[in-house]
Amino acid sequence: MEKAKPGQFVILRIDEPGERIPMSIADLDKKNGILTIVFQEVGKSTAQLGSLKEGDSLADVVGPLGTPTHIEKYGNCVCVGGGIGIAPIHPVAKALKEVGNQVTSIIGARNKELLIMEEESRASCDNLIISTDDGSYGFHGFVTQVLAGILEKGEKVDFVFSVGPVLMMRALARVTLPYKVRTIISLNPIMVDGTGMCGACRVTVGNQTKFACVDGPDFDAHLVDFEELLKRQRMYLKEEKVAMDNFISKMDQSAHHHQSHKPS
Amino acid sequence: MPEQPPEQRVKNFKEVPFGYTEELAKIESQRCLFCKKPLCIAGCPVEIDIPGFIKLIAEGDYIGAAKKLKETNSLPAVCGRVCPQEDQCEKVCILSKKYEPVAIGNLERFAADYEREAGEIEIPKIEKSTGKKVAIVGSGPAGLTVAGDLIKMGHQVTVFEALHKAGGVLVYGIPEFRLPKAIVQSEVDYLAKLGVEFKTSYVVGMLQTIDDLFASGYHAIFIGTGAGLPNFMKIPGENLNGIYSANEYLTRSNLMKAYSFPENDTPIFSGKNVAVLGGGNTAMDSVRTALRLGADNAYIVYRRSRTEMPARKDEIHHAEQEGVKFDFLTAPIKFHGTEDGWLKSMECIQMKLGEPDESGRRRPVPVEGSNYIMDVDTVIVAIGNSSNPLVPKTTPGLDINKWGNITADPETGQTSRRGVFAGGDIVTGGATVILAAGAGKKAARAIDAYLKTL
Ligand SMILES: Cc1cc2nc3c(=O)[nH]c(=O)nc-3n(C[C@H](O)[C@H](O)[C@H](O)COP(=O)(O)OP(=O)(O)OC[C@H]3O[C@@H](n4cnc5c(N)ncnc54)[C@H](O)[C@@H]3O)c2cc1C
Ligand SMILES: Cc1cc2nc3c(=O)[nH]c(=O)nc-3n(C[C@H](O)[C@H](O)[C@H](O)COP(=O)(O)OP(=O)(O)OC[C@H]3O[C@@H](n4cnc5c(N)ncnc54)[C@H](O)[C@@H]3O)c2cc1C
Ligand code: SF4
Ligand code: SF4
Ligand code: FES
Repeated sequence: MEKAKPGQFVILRIDEPGERIPMSIADLDKKNGILTIVFQEVGKSTAQLGSLKEGDSLADVVGPLGTPTHIEKYGNCVCVGGGIGIAPIHPVAKALKEVGNQVTSIIGARNKELLIMEEESRASCDNLIISTDDGSYGFHGFVTQVLAGILEKGEKVDFVFSVGPVLMMRALARVTLPYKVRTIISLNPIMVDGTGMCGACRVTVGNQTKFACVDGPDFDAHLVDFEELLKRQRMYLKEEKVAMDNFISKMDQSAHHHQSHKPS
Repeated sequence: MPEQPPEQRVKNFKEVPFGYTEELAKIESQRCLFCKKPLCIAGCPVEIDIPGFIKLIAEGDYIGAAKKLKETNSLPAVCGRVCPQEDQCEKVCILSKKYEPVAIGNLERFAADYEREAGEIEIPKIEKSTGKKVAIVGSGPAGLTVAGDLIKMGHQVTVFEALHKAGGVLVYGIPEFRLPKAIVQSEVDYLAKLGVEFKTSYVVGMLQTIDDLFASGYHAIFIGTGAGLPNFMKIPGENLNGIYSANEYLTRSNLMKAYSFPENDTPIFSGKNVAVLGGGNTAMDSVRTALRLGADNAYIVYRRSRTEMPARKDEIHHAEQEGVKFDFLTAPIKFHGTEDGWLKSMECIQMKLGEPDESGRRRPVPVEGSNYIMDVDTVIVAIGNSSNPLVPKTTPGLDINKWGNITADPETGQTSRRGVFAGGDIVTGGATVILAAGAGKKAARAIDAYLKTL
């Protein structure tokens, strides 16, 4: 992993029957060989990942994958992270700052409890703004509203980088478009191999089909076909529910099993 | 050869032909004339001593036959199953002029299976260590062959593979019902036993480049990364849900075992009306997989006619027996979808054959106004692969041709970079297992010679 750069990801499998699941590299301690990923439990595999204990191991991890985020001196940069997207903007903000940009990070979550990596994010930028949908912490509203406020005030913004739910990134693209601010987002379509072999990750960008795992995951937000991406992400909803229900009932069974062995 | 009846086998993923019993193998071997000037050998890309190994089967020395095969072909259990024999060795067998040719492939499979099942695979003599290290990129038939040959010559060998399992197309592409994965695994295990080191989940170009590998002490490098970049039709609606590349569909089903979802986590959408675009082996594998995943109707949609189909005859025949329908001289021009982004139907146009093109086959041309709609919920695009650019892109000075294939000497695999050799689909474009293995054999010899000059 020594070669990993901001914006890249890994693909891991938890166990032998496991799926290949992509995860952004949230941090990398090259000296001690520690890779940090931050994930949200949304379905079977992430729930299972969450159930692992310290010292457990994964079947395999492959990476770094994907084209690194292009880092250069733009001037004033804003990094916008929504929900779990706060994690992957952290290394990008750090890299942008390192080459001499002025970096503002806007991080947001549904509520205060769900807000992650506040301290790390503060350290990786010059100016941190926090928002929560319910107003329980920081600005009351969405991260996109914070960015809109900055642009409306006429502050100079040269570059925006963002990761978050697709709906948030679509809203963000609409906010920056009238100001013609270069806006790069990191997409997360369904993937399998992550090396350009299968085409599962295809997205339409500027009317061209791209493979997000090798051509991206970073793309120009103003050219992405978000409607298609949203639909493609929902391709396995039915199967995902089956897998999750199965997993829950297995967990219940094993919990039950453990109980029955407890001395009463 | 006895095989599972079609109505039974479309419900499982088990291998279709059962393989010869000893008795059947003996009978078949006795049909060979043991020609003084055997024509069959010239038909085999690696020039197996065909009458030689068949003779040993006839004499009941099956292990000896397997050894004979391995002198020139490191993957006989695989090639006996998947070689296009009808266009190679069996096509030129003298008997084929008047009768059925000797079933060379079936006999090859028998000997290799016998040896494996007897558990008598002996560890060959390994030359004394040369102290030279070779990196092999990609674990398909080309890479595996180079690894096996070089380790026996006393070199130290590491195979780097991007996926989590070694075997290339043999594990992710060709389905279980045609090539059981346990056979590929036993080939890989055998190499590991000889001392080959396998580093899976290792993408060369991303983790380390070719130059990094040299810097870390490898003396020579073989690139066998295959033709793994799926081509699409580039027609409207191609990103609708339900449209897969054959690579994705087969990888989900084979490598990730989606056919046993939810015991395995990876899902696959198994539609009721499935159309597969293309006429090669990949198309046949996809359409037969679709049937096994529960399709009511499975179609091959091919823009030329039956005679131009590049797939193996056996596989076309198997597909037909299993109920696959063939729409020849038909090409898709557009996909129609539902509101929520699912494939609903495919608009096709009829073709007719015009003048011969560069490939010598008559070029299909559309018949104006012949459009019609096919109701399908799944389409699998199996119109070929291009080469993956990852390694060439990250290796300065490595020459490629206009299709992105690495330029290499066909006799040695030597590329434009000193110490870098290449072979298999990354050089030829999508070809066959035996050609990839053959290229590996030649490259191994050339690498050995190169290492001696260092
Ligand atoms: C480049 C990239 C980076 C990512 N980084 C992170 C990260 O840092 N943290 C994080 O929590 N999540 C990340 N994701 C998303 C994460 O991979 C999915 O949440 C996870 O695969 C869901 O698996 P599941 O079984 O728990 O849920 P499921 O129930 O299987 O699916 C829930 C949703 O996740 C998406 N999904 C399912 N399978 C895949 C797959 N194989 N590839 C991609 N998406 C899938 C689908 O849209 C689906 O609707 C990233 C995705 C990509 C493509
Ligand atoms: C579905 C299908 C059916 C087929 N049926 C037949 C048949 O019946 N008979 C026949 O003779 N041929 C058949 N073929 C063709 C045959 O499989 C190929 O010609 C052969 O596998 C090519 O071998 P190879 O070693 O060159 O590459 P591959 O088998 O493609 O292996 C290349 C390997 O390199 C790995 N790789 C790629 N890039 C990197 C990287 N950067 N770092 C590390 N590893 C990397 C890949 O993951 C892969 O495992 C079929 C092909 C397909 C797709
Ligand atoms: S390797 Fe293939 S072509 Fe050669 S003898 Fe065997 S089946 Fe025939
Ligand atoms: S040509 Fe046919 S009959 Fe003659 S040796 Fe070869 S397989 Fe036997
Ligand atoms: S995930 Fe397979 S090509 Fe991108």
